[in-house]
Amino acid sequence: MAEAAGGLTAPAGRAHAGGLIHRHRSLTPYLLLAPGLAFLALFFLVPLGFLAHQSLETQNPIDFTNSFTWAWHNYSDALSTYDAQLIRSFEYAAIATAIALLLSYPLAYWIAFRGGRWKNLFLLMIIAPFFVTYLIRTLAWETILSDQGPVVHFLRYVHLINVIGDNDRLLATPTAVVAGITYNFLPFMALPLYVALEQIDPRLIEAGQDLYASKVRTFLHVTLPLSMPGVLAGTLLTFIPAAGDFINAQLLGTPKQYMIGNVIQSKFLALTDYPSAAALSLILMAVILVMVAVYVRVLGTEKLTG
Amino acid sequence: MTDSLTRSDLLRRAAVGGAALAFPGTLAALARAAGPDPNKLRGKTFVFSNWPLYIDVKAHRHPSLDQFSKKYGVKVRYIEDINDNDSFFGKIQAQLRRGQSIGRDLIVMTDNSPYPALLVKNKWVEKLDKSVLPNSKNLVPGLRHPAWDPNRDYSLPWVSGLDGIGYNAKLTKPVTTVDQLFTDKRLKGKVTLLNEMADTMTLVMLSNGDDPAKVDDASFDRALKKIQKAVKSGQVRQFTGNDYSGLMAKGDVWAAFVWSGDMVQLHADNKYLRFVIPKSGGGIWTDNMMIPKHGDAYLASVYMNFVYDPKIAAEIDGYVNYICDVQGAAKVLQKTDPAAAKNPLIFPTPAMLKQLHQFDPVALFNPDYKQKWQKLLGA
Repeated sequence: MAEAAGGLTAPAGRAHAGGLIHRHRSLTPYLLLAPGLAFLALFFLVPLGFLAHQSLETQNPIDFTNSFTWAWHNYSDALSTYDAQLIRSFEYAAIATAIALLLSYPLAYWIAFRGGRWKNLFLLMIIAPFFVTYLIRTLAWETILSDQGPVVHFLRYVHLINVIGDNDRLLATPTAVVAGITYNFLPFMALPLYVALEQIDPRLIEAGQDLYASKVRTFLHVTLPLSMPGVLAGTLLTFIPAAGDFINAQLLGTPKQYMIGNVIQSKFLALTDYPSAAALSLILMAVILVMVAVYVRVLGTEKLTG
Repeated sequence: MTDSLTRSDLLRRAAVGGAALAFPGTLAALARAAGPDPNKLRGKTFVFSNWPLYIDVKAHRHPSLDQFSKKYGVKVRYIEDINDNDSFFGKIQAQLRRGQSIGRDLIVMTDNSPYPALLVKNKWVEKLDKSVLPNSKNLVPGLRHPAWDPNRDYSLPWVSGLDGIGYNAKLTKPVTTVDQLFTDKRLKGKVTLLNEMADTMTLVMLSNGDDPAKVDDASFDRALKKIQKAVKSGQVRQFTGNDYSGLMAKGDVWAAFVWSGDMVQLHADNKYLRFVIPKSGGGIWTDNMMIPKHGDAYLASVYMNFVYDPKIAAEIDGYVNYICDVQGAAKVLQKTDPAAAKNPLIFPTPAMLKQLHQFDPVALFNPDYKQKWQKLLGA
């Protein structure tokens, strides 16, 4: 009796379990995504919400407490006061990104196709300076580009100092700031480019040449399109943080070179004016988001994933 | 922290307590005679945030801190992380506002910024423990009753100092006026100003013939316009906190608004640096030691008492070349370092004091001025 019952119920139980999984199979990807989504929600969306809330607050100047007042004027004030710094940020970031691309592409190309067994060593050499902190690296540039330093002396000697720099100096000019940004974000450009180029099957290039395409044509029609995911990833990884950077402008520039990051930093840290700092941060984010959306649209999203 | 009370300690304390109860008058006498209680200090670490170039240095050590450490058996962590008042206050205010510790027992803030007053007003600082601070009687009379801390319950001066012009005598002829600093073509792009509103504004307003102790909108705007012009023309390279020191030592900056003692201390790096009070007058301010909330008031007060010993004050101020606010230090220096005792940067002469001006404390709290000033700084 008991056995019969067991024999009867067991398959039913299995069927039930199978049904559960079957019924919820469509949920599996979401369950797998859940930890990541929870992380994003907790550490990105929630703080972002706080930031948005803060951006509409008004501050008491004595005890620095904020009260929520729907202060939309924080946005218009920020935009009308700091439009110059905002535009300058994107200008510097764009120039630095373009230079980084021009420098990194040949570098990554050479390592990927000619690096041979030294590839890893060359890659390490790109990353090596980054074992030193950002601040120290930028301070080193302050010394390298110093008015009394060798670089400036050489440029003075060849009469190029006022072409490349300004007022007989390099430090405290836009050139120094853009150079600093380019240097500091170069690996973010070079590494994705390398990965994209390294994945290209050399036989495709050989095939191009077999079909009597010149080296330039092969590059333009085979190598370059295949490396586009790297270009896209590299430019985004460089441009986005560069637009929000403030260290380079602070150490290598003057108030005339200050970027929006300097404003946000000083509002947050020096002025403790959190509401307008929050408003500026959100404006910066929104502008970057729009620019990136347009950029990706133009280059094609499928390039992002290869 | 790890030390526990021993039985005999307890008994001794009970005895002292009993005696104090029996004869209330003797408590104060006892405390004074005994000095700081070593049990309250042993094994502790004293964390002190100060400005760069602000303490005695010898062979990469700070002798006065070493002596303190040895005398009281405490460890000292000395951090030179105050570059300017604004950014340091910005760093610590969020924690203070939430009632959290900032991990410091003592900080130093300037009275020509709004912050010492704000710290007291918001009760973000601990009261000094005057039972272990008998040496506070050595404070010069003129600084005993500032409006923002009338009885010096929350603060004691570290040193005072001057705002003036610093220049590199090897790279430029003497720069003695603000107008020369702002317009001399040979200094174009080699000039920095201080990012503290009071320091820079005091000097510029004096050069305009205005009184920095009584700021009004017209005089403020006049000074602001003058600075704006110098920035626009490219004459002014940067606004700095204490970080001008590196730029001047390296020779990237030839002339600047600076704080008095730094120019002398930087001689180790560059012996051509000079300090002058501009012809139109200089600024004067006082830096104040304060104990941030949750700092160890007892330990910090013992330290303040230590540096208010004229011997120690002479040691520190003789080195840093800032104005000594401790009476009796001059006498000590006359024996140990006669040159320092005569140095007007440490002990200003009456004639010099006449040239020095304080910035209007009311103007420090004017939000409109603050906004305009920050806009000028580019942020």
